[in-house]
Amino acid sequence: MKIRRMLRIFRVSIRALKRNKMRTFLTMLGIIIGVGAVIAMVSIGAGARAGVEARFAAMGTNMLTIQSSSRGIGGVQSGAGSMPLEVELVEQIINSCPSVLYASPVYQTRVQVVYGNKNWNTSIQGVGANFPLIANWEIDLDYAGGRFFDETDVRSGAKVCVIGADISTNLFAGADPIGQTIRVKTVPFTVIGVLKAKGQSGFGSRDDIIMGPYNTVSKRLMGANAQLQSIQVSAVNEQAVDQAQQEITELIREQHKLMPGATDDFTIRNMADIATSAADATNILTILLGSIASISLLVGGIGIMNIMLVSVTERIREIGIRMALGAQEIDILVQFLFEAIVLSLIGGIAGIVLGYGVSKLLHFIPTFSTMTTIVSPTSVLLAFGFAAAVGIFFGFYPARRASRLDPIEALRYE
Amino acid sequence: MRPVLIRLEDITRTYHVGEVDVDALCGITYQVLQGDFLGIMGPSGSGKSTLMNIIGCLDRPTNGSYFLSNEEVSKFSKRQLAITRNKRIGFVFQSFNLLSRTTALENVELPLLYADIPTKEARELAYKSLELVGLKDRELRKTNQISGGEMQRVAIARALVTNPTLIMADEPTGNLDTKTSIEIMGIFASLNKEKGITVILVTHEADIAAYANRVIHIRDGVIEREDIKRDIRKISKGEVS
Repeated sequence: MKIRRMLRIFRVSIRALKRNKMRTFLTMLGIIIGVGAVIAMVSIGAGARAGVEARFAAMGTNMLTIQSSSRGIGGVQSGAGSMPLEVELVEQIINSCPSVLYASPVYQTRVQVVYGNKNWNTSIQGVGANFPLIANWEIDLDYAGGRFFDETDVRSGAKVCVIGADISTNLFAGADPIGQTIRVKTVPFTVIGVLKAKGQSGFGSRDDIIMGPYNTVSKRLMGANAQLQSIQVSAVNEQAVDQAQQEITELIREQHKLMPGATDDFTIRNMADIATSAADATNILTILLGSIASISLLVGGIGIMNIMLVSVTERIREIGIRMALGAQEIDILVQFLFEAIVLSLIGGIAGIVLGYGVSKLLHFIPTFSTMTTIVSPTSVLLAFGFAAAVGIFFGFYPARRASRLDPIEALRYE
Repeated sequence: MRPVLIRLEDITRTYHVGEVDVDALCGITYQVLQGDFLGIMGPSGSGKSTLMNIIGCLDRPTNGSYFLSNEEVSKFSKRQLAITRNKRIGFVFQSFNLLSRTTALENVELPLLYADIPTKEARELAYKSLELVGLKDRELRKTNQISGGEMQRVAIARALVTNPTLIMADEPTGNLDTKTSIEIMGIFASLNKEKGITVILVTHEADIAAYANRVIHIRDGVIEREDIKRDIRKISKGEVS
């Protein structure tokens, strides 16, 4: 077909759409909402994914967590019971696992903290001096003289601690906490540093924490039955994470005298794996949100088909006239197909604007204010392409029906 | 001698209505010369509309051959039929069949869209055609703002705009009063006489059929009889052309 002919038929289609402005707008609305919903929903999913990735990157991707199976998550416990982890294991891991760079015990307990007339309920972690290197914590140098506790503090069981940014805000309210004494479960601890803020995680703020030397925390705060919560280990580099995991597994199995074939009575979680599975989970979220939104796009497409069928029926006579005057089947097909495509394309463009707007305006709604949204070019292209496909798919049947009309019957149609 | 424009050889047309076959045309053999003004008469159900549809390339015969300018149209594809209708045939209908809420000019331009005539040229041709039927200065009226007689003039202008060899008029005065009917028939007669366009007119009114120089009467799918008008001017014109 000649381009000129196409262009003129295109003008005929546009004129038909203009003649029924209200109907055209309402039909487009289905596509506008569909495309808008897809873009907005996918932007929420993509934002969540980026957030999760950033969070895990902040935690350190070459980190491994060793826990006793009694704390294991969701698994079937072996009847033999499980061995608690001993603090001596930390030393052994460092000595006999070449792929391990640092290892630190982690004791954790919830405590009430008092400073002056202020009270705060939080958790305290008893860790080694190298813990910041394992878990990517930094000391906030805005506070002069701030530092993390060192090996000497750990060995001597010094009553010193570093506090998270949330504690600093809540107990000291802007005043310099360095050198101040806080009471943790009645035990006085001297604040020697403030941790740099890490922000929200999925489980609340990660800055609502106090860290102290593990000797001090386990003996002073947890008593004789203090149990090691976990051992945090960092591999020499990201590639060595699997190797480190294997070495530690062998070491602990030997220690616990497990027979070959017996299940581990401990678990080692690998940060990189957790990060990947969390990212996968957000991908599923994105797909889920996207598919729900796609349904509205599909409904919009059905709306187009519906209105095109009505339009064809209304204009049977016109089709008959055009055919008698020499319109070929393809001319009629193209004319009606153009109408459907124009509906879906203009709807698609408006939908992109709407979706973009919604994803940006979401921050102004209090419930969603913490949510990050990312409108990716891929999602825009995808939604637009999908809208165009919907137009062609749902426009084709009515258009074909129009083009297949018998001119004689069409001319006689009342 | 004028050349043969239409040759119908034993045309039959059978419709399948449910289980029953209905023969609308049962063996029509006829010839129309270039420049003829042919009237087709017959009661309703006689098959005259079917014959008109076949001659107008809107339908194909079940059996038999139809030659238009020596081309066997009965073997044409749908697409070829559409092109033939566009380039060689002009239609005028009883109910005008103009596009509603569209200007006279746009209606007349319509066939040229499907003939791939450039927009500017199409506009000129449409103006000329409207002038020919006496609608100069009414080009931009919408079709729902003009009288029946004017509507039929627009339809004739539209039929003429592609410069066809054949005009098919199906009861063109059926919706018009007597005075307007005479005007419209005058246009057909002059197109036939002055431009040599072949006109085929379907009607059931004898005084309208009287404008034709030959009239065939159809009944039950066959040609019952043929009247040839002894019109001196016609015959002399026939000899001249």
